[in-house]
Amino acid sequence: MANVIVMTSGKGGVGKTTSSAAFGTGLALKGLKTCIIDFDVGLRNLDLIMGCERRVVFDFINVIHGEARLNQALIKDKRVENLFILPTSQTRDKDALTTAGVERVLEELKKEFDFIICDSPAGIERGALMALYFADDAIIVANPEVSSVRDSDRILGVLQAKSYRAEHGLAPVREHLLITRYDPKRVERGEMLRVDDVLEILSIPLLGVIPESPAVLRASNVGMPVVLDEDSNAGLAYADAVARFLGDSVEHRFLKPDRKGLFNRLLRRTA
Amino acid sequence: MTPHDRIARLEEGSEPRPPALAAPEQCDGQGRADGSAAPERSGGEWKSPTASGDAPFQLRGHSFPMTLLKVLDPLHPQFFPMLAEKVGQAPNFFRNTPVVLDLESLPQDAPFDFREFSGVLRSHGLVAVTLLGGNPRRQEDAMAAGLALLPARQRRGESEARASADRAELPYQRTTQMVTEPVRSGRQIYAQNGDLIVCAPVSPGAELLADGNIHVYGALRGRALAGASGDGTARIFCQSLEAELVSIAGLYLVSEDMGSDVHRRQVQVHVRDGCLHIDPMNP
Repeated sequence: MANVIVMTSGKGGVGKTTSSAAFGTGLALKGLKTCIIDFDVGLRNLDLIMGCERRVVFDFINVIHGEARLNQALIKDKRVENLFILPTSQTRDKDALTTAGVERVLEELKKEFDFIICDSPAGIERGALMALYFADDAIIVANPEVSSVRDSDRILGVLQAKSYRAEHGLAPVREHLLITRYDPKRVERGEMLRVDDVLEILSIPLLGVIPESPAVLRASNVGMPVVLDEDSNAGLAYADAVARFLGDSVEHRFLKPDRKGLFNRLLRRTA
Repeated sequence: MTPHDRIARLEEGSEPRPPALAAPEQCDGQGRADGSAAPERSGGEWKSPTASGDAPFQLRGHSFPMTLLKVLDPLHPQFFPMLAEKVGQAPNFFRNTPVVLDLESLPQDAPFDFREFSGVLRSHGLVAVTLLGGNPRRQEDAMAAGLALLPARQRRGESEARASADRAELPYQRTTQMVTEPVRSGRQIYAQNGDLIVCAPVSPGAELLADGNIHVYGALRGRALAGASGDGTARIFCQSLEAELVSIAGLYLVSEDMGSDVHRRQVQVHVRDGCLHIDPMNP
């Protein structure tokens, strides 16, 4: 049975799309057939991050409105087997999403995919609600700073009240926390919230901590999910998070400042 | 008028017995308790007012200043010695003076032996005649001992919260709402006609409302409004006060004004004398 995962946060710019791309790719690398859907209608970014922006013909909105078939809109990733992207429209906006349309598309996708990742837009309005409505699992993306954590708390409340599962009294959506842009040096200086601080406020299980990394920008510039950059700490942390999600117990890395010895510094390992 | 003034007048030869115990007719029109106003019994026959055939009595309202004995600690070993000392300062005034007993400061369920107390009181020149207010059980005990009852009077200038408490005295079915999951930002919970218990943290931006009390077994980081329908006796309890705002029956305090000494402490918030008080609950 396919699993629908929503990547959401409330706050904008915390790393939802980066995480959707990396996490989805990570699942596909493990041999699981994965589809990532862009729900940010009108402000689409998933296709850029995945590097398939020049191959978009039909999109999610076309499929919802019956203007195209699903397999016409799905884009197969060139690098990773089992990985597909469903981009969204850039010319329309979130009002073009309908609950019935989204449900129909998801039902069709569930027939052939193991995991469906819904890349949510920021906010708590229609676009975000559509993305989380049919979710079985929710990965809450938060930066270790107060406004992001506050917004994540809000989106958790929305998830617990307005999802399909909540409205129909089913088992609640499983919640996971993904802390992104974590900088251990700034945490030590007291400029950033510690992992424990965030956990105390949000009280949901920790899926992973992704360190702040220049590799993320480099990856998005070339349209490659950062998890494919095996030299980057961020990429490794995403791979860890995928393993944890699938049930492996993996210790959290990159939580302490990197005390590089002279030798490592000479080798100039990338962050 | 001080007891000493009364003593001066009393020593002028007028009847020392205050007219309160006397039949209404024996009072002067103003109903003053000082002996000087007591009418002198003239010599000659006392004419019956019923000679014309009316009712053999007159029953009408009258005001008498009464001595109030507010009992604070009846078990204090020096209670009666100290009372005797006070009485000794004005022996003629306190000769068989009727007193109204006020036991409101005692715990409501503490037993009180009216008969015994009255007995000892009488030996000090005070006659317990009436119980002021009191719960039904206490009133029963007082009546059994031969005391009369006087309804508790309203204090002048009572706080708005107290008035609210009286208004909320109407009986309602108390139901307690229990919440065991964290209360997320933006969520609003209203426990109507009862208390609200939250066994999880309350996030900033969340709102708890209850007609009764609010108990948070966790950190209270949002807003808590108890006594939402006006019950000023409602309280707020929490294990860690980090609230944005607390309110009881409309009286409120924002985070800034709560005081740094109660921040993150286990506290109870309640109304006293018309103001919100935040008291830590552990030493």
